[in-house]
Amino acid sequence: MNGFGIIKGMIETARNFVGSYHDAQRLTTVQYPEQKLPPVENARTIPFLVFDGDDAMAGLRCTACVICEKECPPQCIYIVKDQVKKPDYVGKMQMQPKVFDIDISVCMSCGICVEVCPFDAIKMDQVFELSTGDRFGKLLLDKHQLAKPNDYFVKIHKTEASEIDVRREEDKRKAEAAAAAKAAAPKSPATPGAAK
Amino acid sequence: MSGLDQIFVWIGHRAAGWFPASVQPLVSAVLAIAGVMAVFGTCFALTTLAERKVLGRMQNRFGPNRVGPYGLLQPLADAVKMLTKEDIVPFSADKTLHFLAPLVLTVPVWLAFAVLPFGRNMSAINLDAGILFFFAVGSASELAVFMAGWSSQNKYSLVGAMRAIAQMISYEVPLVLSVVPVLMLAGSLELNDIVAAQGTYTFGGLARWNVFTPWGLAGLILFLIAATAESNRSPFDLPEGESEIIAGFLTEYSGFKYALFFLGEYLGLFAVTGLAVTLFLGGWHAPFQWLEWVPSWFWFAAKFGALIFLFIWVRATLPRLRLDQLLNFSWRFLVPLSLINLLVAAAWYWTGAWKFPVVAPIRWLLCAALIALPYHWLGRALRGAMPPPRKYIYAE
Ligand code: SF4
Ligand code: SF4
Repeated sequence: MNGFGIIKGMIETARNFVGSYHDAQRLTTVQYPEQKLPPVENARTIPFLVFDGDDAMAGLRCTACVICEKECPPQCIYIVKDQVKKPDYVGKMQMQPKVFDIDISVCMSCGICVEVCPFDAIKMDQVFELSTGDRFGKLLLDKHQLAKPNDYFVKIHKTEASEIDVRREEDKRKAEAAAAAKAAAPKSPATPGAAK
Repeated sequence: MSGLDQIFVWIGHRAAGWFPASVQPLVSAVLAIAGVMAVFGTCFALTTLAERKVLGRMQNRFGPNRVGPYGLLQPLADAVKMLTKEDIVPFSADKTLHFLAPLVLTVPVWLAFAVLPFGRNMSAINLDAGILFFFAVGSASELAVFMAGWSSQNKYSLVGAMRAIAQMISYEVPLVLSVVPVLMLAGSLELNDIVAAQGTYTFGGLARWNVFTPWGLAGLILFLIAATAESNRSPFDLPEGESEIIAGFLTEYSGFKYALFFLGEYLGLFAVTGLAVTLFLGGWHAPFQWLEWVPSWFWFAAKFGALIFLFIWVRATLPRLRLDQLLNFSWRFLVPLSLINLLVAAAWYWTGAWKFPVVAPIRWLLCAALIALPYHWLGRALRGAMPPPRKYIYAE
């Protein structure tokens, strides 16, 4: 019969209405500032820069290759390269950013910067309580504000971070082995004629 | 009975009595206006809160619960927010119309309250064509909505306004037609007479409200459906469909003007709800004779509140219609059904002269069948007229 679907629907909403008063199980929402749910692992908000070790600026993985700056769709990353190079985790000398700013009022949380970065240097954060009355001062983050330790990365994105850590350990071991081989063989280049 | 019942009338008379006789009519008019505005202004604030609360509960949420105890001060916070917002007028807008539209919506709606009887001896004016007046001022809202949509110079506003016009014109017809049986059987256009006609009792004190007759029940349902559409409420909120056209004709409004539109829409809802109570639910009469001692304005308020709750309930339940569904529903279903309802009312009138045992249930069932069968057939025809459900090839 026509119209019975509507009545069925209205009975359902009435059940919710009455039920939500005596059955706390139904109310699935949490009261936010007092109660908080832990974010799920894949949650992402704005990017941050990963660093290794204790000194944020020395351990910054970013090599100022500016790929992310070029790829960012709303163009909210601003990088200036430093003149001074620093060694990276395998000991190779790399560029480093002198300025690395992200305007998070413009960032649209797409994660493209993360995908294009060849150095695992930029990752998505899970902070979300970013509201502020100071639009221009507080929403333009510089590299000091963006830098966060690798431990934090491991904490929020466990799966991805541990994969990266394994890969980087491997790289490091190979580099060390190569360096050791290099160190063990300084005699051979000393006699260049002998090899021939 | 008369003490509490007539308390507002008495207060009005006493207050007017302090003034010289020459200005007394003016003073009592102003008092009536102030009373209606205060009561329904408060009602507006409470309904916005109740709506959010009830919607929340029906969706298994808490609803507003931060401002004041249980969120009771939320309307106050909303008002402060609305009034302190920047009033933005688009650069290319037609400034005069843009400014006038909210006023044109709100002012006539207040006028509609003038003829509603809120209790015994409690209507602001006794117009002998009260119901005509009600619909005449009520139809000004179409103009306001189109003014808003046109003057904003914004495509969403214009689309919203076009939808609103199509919808309001289509639903004005069943709205008025569903009222006609009441007028036919009461034999008057004056709302006080219509209330008085429902003021007697049958069967051991059950009231003779129009809603207890087959044509009255059908009329009330038709009227409520059309009233929902007239006041742009869900499931007929196409003119403001947020997910499709931002906010429709309200897109370019902010601050106080937006608040005025909001107020106008709620007041329009209150006015038609008050009319539904008056026409079908016995106005300010008690449902049973032994409840006559309760003040008449209490009964009006109780029925009014119940209907408002029903509107909120429907809003929480039904999804928005598509425009073709909306228009088909009005022209192919509501309009024919309300015309047939006229015949049912006529049948009810004629069979009133029947005199044989157990006439009442037979008469009731006969008239109910007269409306139920067309309801069934028209519903099936309507379903046949709709395009078949779309097949989503890639979404399966
Ligand atoms: S964050 Fe990554 S992509 Fe961006 S400049 Fe640094 S290393 Fe390059
Ligand atoms: S998340 Fe997207 S928008 Fe934000 S900085 Fe990265 S690339 Fe730019």
